[in-house]
Formats: sequence, structure tokens, C-alpha cells
Amino acid sequence: MSQEESQVADQHSAEAAHTGHPTPATYFKVAMALSILTAIEVGIFYVTQIGYAIIPVLAILSIGKFALVVMYYMHLKFDSKIFSGMFFFGMFVATGVIFALMALFSWFLF
Amino acid sequence: MAHAPAIHGEHEPTTTGLNHRKLLMWAFLGSDCMFFGTLIATYLVYKNKSLEGPLPIDVFDIPVTSVSTFVLLMSSMSMVMAYAWLTRGNLKAFRIWLASTAIMGATFLAFQVYEFYEFANHGHLTPRTNLFGSTFFTLTGFHGAHVTLGVVWLLSILFHSFREGGVTPEKNLDVDLAALYWHFVDIVWIVIFTVVYLFGVFEGFPGTTPSAVVH
Repeated sequence: MSQEESQVADQHSAEAAHTGHPTPATYFKVAMALSILTAIEVGIFYVTQIGYAIIPVLAILSIGKFALVVMYYMHLKFDSKIFSGMFFFGMFVATGVIFALMALFSWFLF
Repeated sequence: MAHAPAIHGEHEPTTTGLNHRKLLMWAFLGSDCMFFGTLIATYLVYKNKSLEGPLPIDVFDIPVTSVSTFVLLMSSMSMVMAYAWLTRGNLKAFRIWLASTAIMGATFLAFQVYEFYEFANHGHLTPRTNLFGSTFFTLTGFHGAHVTLGVVWLLSILFHSFREGGVTPEKNLDVDLAALYWHFVDIVWIVIFTVVYLFGVFEGFPGTTPSAVVH
């Protein structure tokens, strides 16, 4: 690494410490958490006795994975709330459309 | 009056104080949420409405799809690593992680091509077969198109980084925007994997049995 690159690296390490932005180690831990959650999802899938209870269980696991990626990898946890507003408005509308259509077609059971 | 091109961290003053390109990307991702929301809603509304097979339980191979899901999740990690190393000034590590991301994205696409080929040739499922085929191929096909665009975008940045001053630690917004897009296709797949695949073939639901496939 050149001296200039080293200076930039030091500057960013200091910024990371100051702002609380994640480090590569944090990204790796998040990836491990995502892998474990996916493994649990697939594992639960084979427990057929669970019946309809699998819907909330898988939904919670999926929301957990979604939240980890959005908060840490997309940096929404550390970025401006305006960015969060832009994204979650779209997601809110999308979720509303899904439930509205399912209600319209009287279709809530898998 | 001519202005020097704005770079990340030194963008021209805005009323929000935020970079407009990044704001536009978040607006786009919000709108893309609505796009995939309608496709998922359509899939769910028509689920179990096909008059003849094959049905999800006849064609889905959960272990194979689990592997491709894992590959896409790991590509998100390598993408964020690429960005982290770029902002820390290590261009070599940035290129390695970025190339890894593109390779994993291409691997995910290869899994999808294999899956589509198997469905069409051995499962006898095409977009014209039944409602399940139409909604499934539309939803996953559009996601695959997003991944393909993402891979092309990442490769273009990789090649651009070999040009003098093409990608620098100070000028990292181009990579930041590509990373946001890449993570978005990842979270869309997280939802599709659960809603379409796992719920689609779970044998614990009453009445979930393989259909008598009509060719």
C-alpha cells in the first residue's frame, strides 16, 4: 500500500471509530448471521409437524435477514433518515398492495 | 459559470444537504419495491388457482435453491467488503472483492438458468402452461433480469477501475450506488425464497400433495 493509500486508510479508520460505521469484521459477522438464519429457515422447512405455524416463523426469519442487509450492508442505520423514508415508503405501499389484493380475492390461507 | 464535477463528499450544495444522485437511487429502489410488490401479490393471488399441473411441489428443488440463495447472500457480503476496501484506499482488495461479487452473481444466474431449463424440459412447466408457470416465470424472470443488469454494472466498474483515476477512494459514489442496487436484488430474493419457494412446497399444509401432471 502506498503512503497516500495508507493515509486514506488511517483517515477512514478514524472516521469509522467516530461515526460508528461498520468495519469489515462487522460485515463478516452479519454474513454469518445471514447464513445461520437461512440454514434455520431450510431446517424448519423439513419439520412438517409445525403446520401453519411455519408462516409466522419463516416470516420473522425472513424479516430478520431483510433488516440485517438493509441496516448494515445498505447503511440505512447510519445514513440520513430521508433515505430511509424514500425506501420504506415504497416498501409500505408494496406491502399494502400485497395484503389488499389478497383481501380482495379472499385469499389468506396457503 | 462552469462548475467542477461534484464528487462524493464534496457534492454541490443541495436543499437537503444530501447528494442528489444517492437520493435518486433510493427513490428508484423505493419504486422498485412497489414493482416487485405487485409481482409478488399477483403470484400469491393466483397461487393454488391453476386448473392443471405441474404445481410448485412437482418442480421445486429446495436444496438447489438454498445453495443459490446462499451464493447471493455471500455476494452481498463481498460487495460491501469491496466498498469498504475502496474507502480505505486499498484498490487491489477492492478489485478482488468486486470481481468475487460479479462471479457470485453470475453463479446465481447459472443456477437460475439451470432451474428454468429443468422446469421446461423435465417438469414440463413453461410460462404458458398454467397460472403458476405464468406468475412464477414473470416474478423470478424479472429478478434474474435485475441480477443480470447488476453483474454488467459491477463488471463495468471493475474494468473502469483499471483506468487512471477511474475509481478512487475519494470518488466512491459510483461504487456506493452500484452496491445499493446489488443489496436490493439480494433483499428481493430473500422475500422470493421464503414466499415462493419455502411456502410453495411446504408439505405441512393440509392438501399439499403433488399434482397429476397434465402434459
